[in-house]
Amino acid sequence: MADLRANLAGITSPNPFWLASAPPTNSGYQIMKAFDAGWGGAVWKTMGVPVVNVSSRYGAVNYRDTRMMGFNNIELITDRPLSDNLREIEEVKKYFPDHAVIASLMVQTREEWHQIIKDVENAGADGIELNFGCPHGMCERGMGSAVGQEPNVLKTITMWAKEVAQVPVIVKLTPNITDITEPARAAAAGGADAISLINTVQSIVNVDLDTFAPNPSVDGKSTHGGYCGPAVKPIALNMVKSCAQDRDVNIPISGIGGIETWRDATEHMLLGASNVQVCTAAMHYGFGIVREMKAGLEDYMDSKGFETLYDLIGKSVPKVESWEHLNLNYKIIAEIDNTKCIGCQLCYIACEDGAHQAIGLSEINGERTPHIIEENCVGCNLCSLVCPVEECITMVDVTKNKTHESWSDYMNNGKAPTTFDDDRAGGKHHWVPEPKDALKKRK
Amino acid sequence: MSDFKKPQTTAEYEANFPQLKPLMDANMAYYESSRCLFCYDAPCIKACPTSIDIPLFIKQINTENLTGAAKTIYSANFFGHTCGKVCPTEVLCEGACVYNEQDVKPIEIGRLQSHATTDAIRKDKSIFKKADANGKSVAVVGAGPGGIACASELATLGYQVDIFEAKAKPSGLAMHGTAPYKIANQDVMDEVAYLQRQLGFKVIYNKNIDTRRELNTLESKYDAIFLGIGLGDTRSTGTPGEQLENCIGATEFIEQLKLDPLSVTVGKKVVVIGGGNTAMDAASESARLGADVTLVYRRSKEAKGAYEFEYDLAKSVGVKALFSTNVTEIIGDQKVAQLKCIKTQSTDGKLENVDGSEFTIECDFLIRATGQIKQKDFLDLAGLQYDNRGKVKVDSESGQCSNPIYFAGGDAVNGGAEVVNACAEGKSAAQGIHSYIINK
Repeated sequence: MADLRANLAGITSPNPFWLASAPPTNSGYQIMKAFDAGWGGAVWKTMGVPVVNVSSRYGAVNYRDTRMMGFNNIELITDRPLSDNLREIEEVKKYFPDHAVIASLMVQTREEWHQIIKDVENAGADGIELNFGCPHGMCERGMGSAVGQEPNVLKTITMWAKEVAQVPVIVKLTPNITDITEPARAAAAGGADAISLINTVQSIVNVDLDTFAPNPSVDGKSTHGGYCGPAVKPIALNMVKSCAQDRDVNIPISGIGGIETWRDATEHMLLGASNVQVCTAAMHYGFGIVREMKAGLEDYMDSKGFETLYDLIGKSVPKVESWEHLNLNYKIIAEIDNTKCIGCQLCYIACEDGAHQAIGLSEINGERTPHIIEENCVGCNLCSLVCPVEECITMVDVTKNKTHESWSDYMNNGKAPTTFDDDRAGGKHHWVPEPKDALKKRK
Repeated sequence: MSDFKKPQTTAEYEANFPQLKPLMDANMAYYESSRCLFCYDAPCIKACPTSIDIPLFIKQINTENLTGAAKTIYSANFFGHTCGKVCPTEVLCEGACVYNEQDVKPIEIGRLQSHATTDAIRKDKSIFKKADANGKSVAVVGAGPGGIACASELATLGYQVDIFEAKAKPSGLAMHGTAPYKIANQDVMDEVAYLQRQLGFKVIYNKNIDTRRELNTLESKYDAIFLGIGLGDTRSTGTPGEQLENCIGATEFIEQLKLDPLSVTVGKKVVVIGGGNTAMDAASESARLGADVTLVYRRSKEAKGAYEFEYDLAKSVGVKALFSTNVTEIIGDQKVAQLKCIKTQSTDGKLENVDGSEFTIECDFLIRATGQIKQKDFLDLAGLQYDNRGKVKVDSESGQCSNPIYFAGGDAVNGGAEVVNACAEGKSAAQGIHSYIINK
């Protein structure tokens, strides 16, 4: 049976599933309830000088009938007095000594940082997360992502925290930056024990077509918010990977961004996260959603023979290379299983209009059967991605040249095209129809 | 035995005849429309006699553009709302949905269609483009789906159209012949009123065209005449006893039910003769009126003309069936009391009675669903050619008859098909009329 116990830079928890600093961790009541439901840790809603929030705080992107595929908020850090939060931290730790309670903090001066770190440690916090990520409201006051976007400032403040902190210090990073490894390195250089990423992405989720005001609308006006939910997972995974691969970062990662299922969590960990933090899924489905995550991860680990999380953390990191090292001799083509095909012809039109005109149509015995024109297929996967039937279109390895040759090999061996009409162009011998053929079927 | 009691009030009637395809609310329509795959060269469009761009209107519903969805529907089919409800979608669009191929429930296209059109009708959305009046006029005989579709299309082309209708209400069999659980009368009326408000064709009710003099007037007064005359009364099979009381044709029975549901008479032990969709409707309807119903069909179960789902529907309300059974005589003293029957068998495709298999069944109300007669008398009067089965001969593209001023479509041409077929034929005949008139 798989052991789900997690350890992030010395902070232990019964499992790797933490609630991220957000509305679900606003109070001791919620966190106790979450721990009781099975969460392994919680990062307290960011503490500092309490704020005043607006009413109308969240917006969502629905995709067809899927609600909240993306989610954004314009809420700030905690609006509750610090003493209330400290008292509740103490109480939670009394009931759940083995669970991780992390204090997320955001203040301005060195003195304030020192004071609040001592306060939360006295209350029993197992770790501290420096909120350098919040992309709205706080950054305009020189905090949150304003810090996360300035590696030097980030490093300095991290050092201030480390001057007094007895417990591990996690730096939470904003993705609203060109290269995530820069603030990650600065955090490491400042002495951070771990980083957590990503915070939310600056966003406007949608615009009301009648009032012309974006959502969420506050008395007819809006402001950019922070985007999260399933839609941001790919952005998060890439940034987690980048930090995991960077030798100058080299500190543990807490993965955040679009985690709703055990699969999402496992992907984060395979790409280098030691544990994960979740918010939107808990806001959507409640704390009970963790049951699926725990059970799924456990079953996956059992099926793979992984005994502890260390067997999987970072396992995919060496599987990501820069493009120039990918094998240009590798060749796949699509194969359609006509016994599974339902005849929607989405593969046909996707390839025809959106790719390489490598699928033909024929009507055989009244069946609308598409077929692959092998010489045109470049192995792009598009048809297999649009196909609504599981395993109807598969990509088959047809590699003839078994040697590994990458773009960097091409450059070294003089095989790379260098002029506009170079004969070595990858698509030089690829058939494309004549432009006027497009009008053949015009009515 | 059926579980229904004869309805005494409108509420009881509606409870016995609940809508098979009730309207969706916005939420249901949103979820259902989300499922559409937006197939390329979609099979549902090909399966629709009016070629509605179904994936497009479903996408429009999904993006909350209901008026756009209604435009897409009405641009192909003027009876978009009625067809959404009365079409045998199981064998048309929904039957062609690719989801069937993977045993996933097909998209409920009919209900989505009614959803979009209901919105347009209720809000009286202006969705039709109308050309300026061109000074030409066309007469339409029969305000059924074919006639109204033809009139509507002509109106968009700038014609002044007058429809002459023998009955007091429009829509022909869509109103008088469709089962009450498929569509409510008011819905049919509302759609025609909507079309009329927007397109401005005139309907003259209670006006039967049945004399040569009237035809002469039409021929001289109008630039063309469209015949959407449908079919006639239920055909006699010559079975002795057909003249007895409580022996009625299915078309006549259903019309009575549709126009005055609470006063329609039906017996306790009803027999419906026939194996087509009309027989299934009549049987279902009798059962819902509280009768014990037996369907009697001379051929085998497999040879019946009705769609399987129509037969299933009849069975679901307690209708029993006797297949391979001929009714040889209707017995009764003034009123139907018994039926003399004999078993049949098919040898080399020829149906024969089986000697010695005679039996009688009790029956106090007999409904004959044995097909409708063709309108040969009218066609003779108009001097138009028809084939040996009495169907008007027309050019398949333009709907033009042997006398070029006449065009025709619907049941009179196709011998009796769905509302949607009449709509398609009426609309394409309007284009035929248009090109005839501008080239005259």
